[in-house]
Amino acid sequence: MAGAIWCVVEDDRKGTPKKVMAEVIGEAARLGGPVEAVWLTDKASEDGLRELGSWGATKVWLLENAAFAPYRSEVWAAALAELAAAQSPKAIFGPVTSRQREALARLAARLGVGIAADSVAFAMEGDRLVATRPVYAGKLLSKVTWAKQPWVATLRPNVFRPAESQAGKTAAVERPGVKIANAQMKFIERREELSTGLPELAEAEIVISGGRGMKGPENYVILENMGKVIGAAVGASRAAVDAGWRPHRFQIGQTGRTISPKLYMGFGVSGAIQHLAGMRTSKVIVAVNKDPEAPIFKIADYGIVADLFEVVPALTAEFKRLLEK
Amino acid sequence: MKILVAIKQVPDTATQVKIGAGGKAIDTAGITWIVSPYDEFAVEEALRVKEKRGQGEVVAVCLGPDRAKEALRSCLAMGCDRAIHLNDPAWTAADTLTTARALAAVIKQEQPQLVLCGRQAIDDDMGAVTAQLSEVLGWPCAAWIMEESVDADGKNVRAARQVEGGLEVFDLPLPAVISAQKGLNEPRYPTLKGIMGAKKKEIKDVKASDLGLGAEPPQLSVVALEALPPRPPGRVIQGDVATAVKELVRALREEAKAI
Ligand SMILES: Cc1cc2nc3c(=O)[nH]c(=O)nc-3n(C[C@H](O)[C@H](O)[C@H](O)COP(=O)(O)OP(=O)(O)OC[C@H]3O[C@@H](n4cnc5c(N)ncnc54)[C@H](O)[C@@H]3O)c2cc1C
Ligand SMILES: Nc1ncnc2c1ncn2[C@@H]1O[C@H](COP(=O)(O)O)[C@@H](O)[C@H]1O
Repeated sequence: MAGAIWCVVEDDRKGTPKKVMAEVIGEAARLGGPVEAVWLTDKASEDGLRELGSWGATKVWLLENAAFAPYRSEVWAAALAELAAAQSPKAIFGPVTSRQREALARLAARLGVGIAADSVAFAMEGDRLVATRPVYAGKLLSKVTWAKQPWVATLRPNVFRPAESQAGKTAAVERPGVKIANAQMKFIERREELSTGLPELAEAEIVISGGRGMKGPENYVILENMGKVIGAAVGASRAAVDAGWRPHRFQIGQTGRTISPKLYMGFGVSGAIQHLAGMRTSKVIVAVNKDPEAPIFKIADYGIVADLFEVVPALTAEFKRLLEK
Repeated sequence: MKILVAIKQVPDTATQVKIGAGGKAIDTAGITWIVSPYDEFAVEEALRVKEKRGQGEVVAVCLGPDRAKEALRSCLAMGCDRAIHLNDPAWTAADTLTTARALAAVIKQEQPQLVLCGRQAIDDDMGAVTAQLSEVLGWPCAAWIMEESVDADGKNVRAARQVEGGLEVFDLPLPAVISAQKGLNEPRYPTLKGIMGAKKKEIKDVKASDLGLGAEPPQLSVVALEALPPRPPGRVIQGDVATAVKELVRALREEAKAI
């Protein structure tokens, strides 16, 4: 249907859409849809197609082609643009991921339209869409609107309420023919990070963050132990990363990752403005710091003024007791 | 090899920002301006590519008002050879696409082999210009680069992108656009000699008409800037560690429903 809101699928690269798609589809439906998914993949799974339907996509535009893996922005943007030109969606949404933040920006340029990256809220005002985005390290919110359709936007994970899965709902699957652009760039290799066995920082519902107060790299194990108990990712402040205690990919903040978990717990983190930039949209914030004046207490929902080395083991034990019940 | 670095001037991260009179932009009074931190990584990397090859030219480009000259001057002090200042009232409300189109027009004139950007400019935090620029040029692009190396004959750049769970390494035929992620390098501080020398280096002023561009309305525009909604007041949990921890877990489960 013309005038649909498209949700570009982020998947696990093995044929299954990521959970974050329930958030994107949920928001598109709230804005009045109709909601259609567009899935660029080398191989889609039947379960994946069913899942997109159960979240509320009425149609899946399935672009299945070996050229989509490995991901290259040139190939993605060209295919999406061709399909958009033919189908005239009113909006094109995708989650903020390494692929989509690049591909959707490129797509917007190809279509000659605006992009609102990393949006945290949307509202229809009459017949225009207004997106809300954090700016200036999250110190202000900017409301933006588009000169014309399609309205292209990326959505910050963990912010939007996910659509509930409804077993009976299915999506019509359509396989449009699109031209596959010749990629100029060539994939060489993928280097996996050493797995911590804990969730990925940007996707985790709970994030534990350790700052300079951790005193050294060897102490992060106590945070990881807590992470294992409650299923949390473990991140760090820049002070800890710059000291070489944690690799940069774990840095939270303005020059690190932006996260928006249900629960953020900072240990020995002072709460500098640049750290807050990366975690301020967390739903619940807990701070443990021995300095009662630490700025993080200003935005924390719950604080404990104490030595983290006493709090962390006690807290881990208490979580264990709660979750074993 | 000629390398072009696109840099943006932004408020210092620690500065207080206030909403300006019109309600759509910040009040610029009293703000300290810096080169966006990711763009410093891009400048540093460009200088390293040139130094490694033993020859070449690094050109810094910035679209911005008069004050943006200061940012270009700091790039010259770091070691860039010359600078181009895209300065025209036509660009006052520039969105990422307008910026990308203006940068692309300069790039077509300058014909560098490699263009470096930052991962995102830390004022608007869009992270879109790099990809849009490459689309306008029809060049390959790789964002969030943690490592790069240009091959000896200057035909190719091998770049490692940071992605969820790892790095993805690509070969991009030059010319290409890449954007710097933190971790790519440690930017140098300008030396005194660099700062003195920067005063003599050229900063060329360029208007939209010099690039054959008109005043196009932005595709994305700001309706309003707003203060953050206040967070509900928090509380510091009192008592000894054992008591406080018990109360915290109870509150997280029963009040906040966060665990
Ligand atoms: C351009 C720029 C970009 C930046 N980007 C980022 C970014 O992305 N992310 C980021 O985090 N920072 C960033 N910073 C740095 C930021 O300004 C702070 O320096 C940094 O966040 C401080 O880290 P910290 O809180 O771990 O350390 P500190 O500020 O040193 O705080 C350590 C805290 O630990 C507490 N403490 C110490 N021992 C204990 C203990 N035993 N028990 C309990 N508490 C204890 C102390 O009271 C103190 O509050 C950036 C800075 C600049 C200029
Ligand atoms: N006004 C500008 N002048 C020059 N380069 C810019 C400008 N705006 C953005 N860029 C470049 O594009 C990158 C991404 O910016 P953005 O998409 O605005 O977050 C920046 O890190 C710069 O390298």
